[in-house]
Amino acid sequence: MTVQIAAETTGSPLINVSVFVVFVLITLFIVYKATTRNQTAADYYAAGSAFSGVQNGIALSGDFLSAASFLGISGAIAVHGYDGFLYSVGWLVAWLVALLLVGERLRNTGRFTVGDVMAYRMKQRPVRAAAANATLVITFFYMLAQMAGAGGLIALLLNVHSKGGQALVITGVGLVMVFYVLVGGMKGTTWVQIIKAGLLLICVTFMSVFIVGKFGFSFSAILDQAAAGSPLGKSLLEPGGWYGDGAMDKLDFVSLSLALVLGISSLPHVLMRFYTVPNAKEARRSVVWCSWSMFLFYLGILVVGYGAAAMVGPDAILEAPGGENSAAPLLAFKIGGAVLLGIVAAVAFATILAVVAGLTLTASASFAHDVYANVIREGKADARSEIRVARLTAIAVGFLAIIGGIVTNGQNVAFLVSLALALAASANLSTILYTLYWKRFNTTGTLWSIYGGLGSGLILILFSPAISGSSTAIFKGVDFHWFPLTNPGIVSIPLSFLCGFLGTVLSKDPADPEKQAEMEVRALTGIGSKI
Amino acid sequence: MTKAVRPPAPISSERATGPGFADRGTESDEPDFAAIQQSPEFDLLRKRLRRFVFPMSALFFCWYMTFALFSAYGHGFMSRKVFGSVNMGTVFGLLQFVSTITIVLLYRGFADKKIDPQVDKVRELAGADKE
Repeated sequence: MTVQIAAETTGSPLINVSVFVVFVLITLFIVYKATTRNQTAADYYAAGSAFSGVQNGIALSGDFLSAASFLGISGAIAVHGYDGFLYSVGWLVAWLVALLLVGERLRNTGRFTVGDVMAYRMKQRPVRAAAANATLVITFFYMLAQMAGAGGLIALLLNVHSKGGQALVITGVGLVMVFYVLVGGMKGTTWVQIIKAGLLLICVTFMSVFIVGKFGFSFSAILDQAAAGSPLGKSLLEPGGWYGDGAMDKLDFVSLSLALVLGISSLPHVLMRFYTVPNAKEARRSVVWCSWSMFLFYLGILVVGYGAAAMVGPDAILEAPGGENSAAPLLAFKIGGAVLLGIVAAVAFATILAVVAGLTLTASASFAHDVYANVIREGKADARSEIRVARLTAIAVGFLAIIGGIVTNGQNVAFLVSLALALAASANLSTILYTLYWKRFNTTGTLWSIYGGLGSGLILILFSPAISGSSTAIFKGVDFHWFPLTNPGIVSIPLSFLCGFLGTVLSKDPADPEKQAEMEVRALTGIGSKI
Repeated sequence: MTKAVRPPAPISSERATGPGFADRGTESDEPDFAAIQQSPEFDLLRKRLRRFVFPMSALFFCWYMTFALFSAYGHGFMSRKVFGSVNMGTVFGLLQFVSTITIVLLYRGFADKKIDPQVDKVRELAGADKE
């Protein structure tokens, strides 16, 4: 049975590859067309702030409808059932943080990077360096997840089973994405996101409508069929299928939930998107649009996930090359044959390309704008050399991503993303909320909350069962873990809030009231942001 | 509110964006932020925003954590069937979808009606919208 499916899916690598190549060519053409000659820094980093709220909203959802959401979540629901569903709930609710607390205020205060906001009323150099460190680490983790997904997908599509062959294709993916960033900057990257998000929504909607129709418009019937085919049986539909019943498993589950809901609005590449719109009103509109498309998408993914369990079966999914991450592509093949598989796979590929391009851009912006221009050159760098540094960084980051993707190939991407989210929530959320809403917050508090959250998160991940000492660990055969949870969120997120508070209260340097006034007025009204 | 002509010399040298991005042009007629911050109009804006945004954030966060905690510790309750094979857990999860969209729409309405006009008022008083 499994052998047969594997053979079937590889029956048409030609179609898969040609659909994908057509997509890449079309987007490359658009990127080329959209690119402004003689890019300024504002063009390269923020697309000249010229996108509308609707466009940015779709691109924003595109940024988050990553390989993790599409491949990872549908696979997690198909194999683990209810526990996979928790991810999608967390990721939808999370947009409320962006809408209510962060998005508009961030748009009004910053220009290009998260560091702009964090360092606004603080000492520039140490805070910018800290913000850039956090951005680079978070972005790197997030990128690992995307590249790992690329490996699995390639395995499925091209029937490349050898690790060496997959590594070669990951390298190819990495090169194309660096090209997008170098040529297109933020504008090109955003257009790729918009196209991709549109296609992905159409695909998921089509598949879920088809499944619901096939099961006589009864969601309950899909669930029955899914449970019948699953080794978990009825407990597929109940909590605990993935995380188990132990006390630590349950705590891990809570930790994960916390990271999911607080992480998204702290991701540097999501935050950076808010700079591509001209004002706070458009920033608000973009989150509203984004929320709607996430709402539709995750409802669809719930159906697609259980549909894959019902129609393909968890055994076949797990045995397919690519494992869990291949649930959605396999289901597409079941529904629409080789052509739909080709389209879904191309969209999934495009997703990875676009998201990784966005991440590369974020990392390069953070390094060039925060570290190079403001820390090394102390604000005296000219725009052209800054962009040159940004481009060089993009190449370096792309190189690291390729290596990382080869190492993590085969991990569940949703899980890897949850680690990046925990780090983002720990390092960024506390700092951003404090600096926007707490008058007394000062430089020491900022540094403590960034490094406290980031450091504790990294240490706990390093010594967690995710890295060593469990059957699913990245490094097998060694065991140096002492922290019992795979997700550090429940410890590191509150800790960063505490660090920020203590750093502020204990330090002797007071906050700068003049800059605080400027920042608060600007955050709430946009006065002074010269838009 | 008048806009001050105080030259913000130390501020602009420390400015995040550096001289390379000097498309902001006329730095010298920067508004008097401290005066705006202390104006009653701005105070009202801040109060209004905080009174909506903070409780609403607390609300959705608690509501979501209730769902997460029940998923972790209330297996029995979440596994209870509601209709067909659809159990409490799934219904609870879908209710999160509904509540999220509801809050999004509530905030949009609130911001359009209560926040934006007040922002315009403050901007006007600060002379920030002269074209």
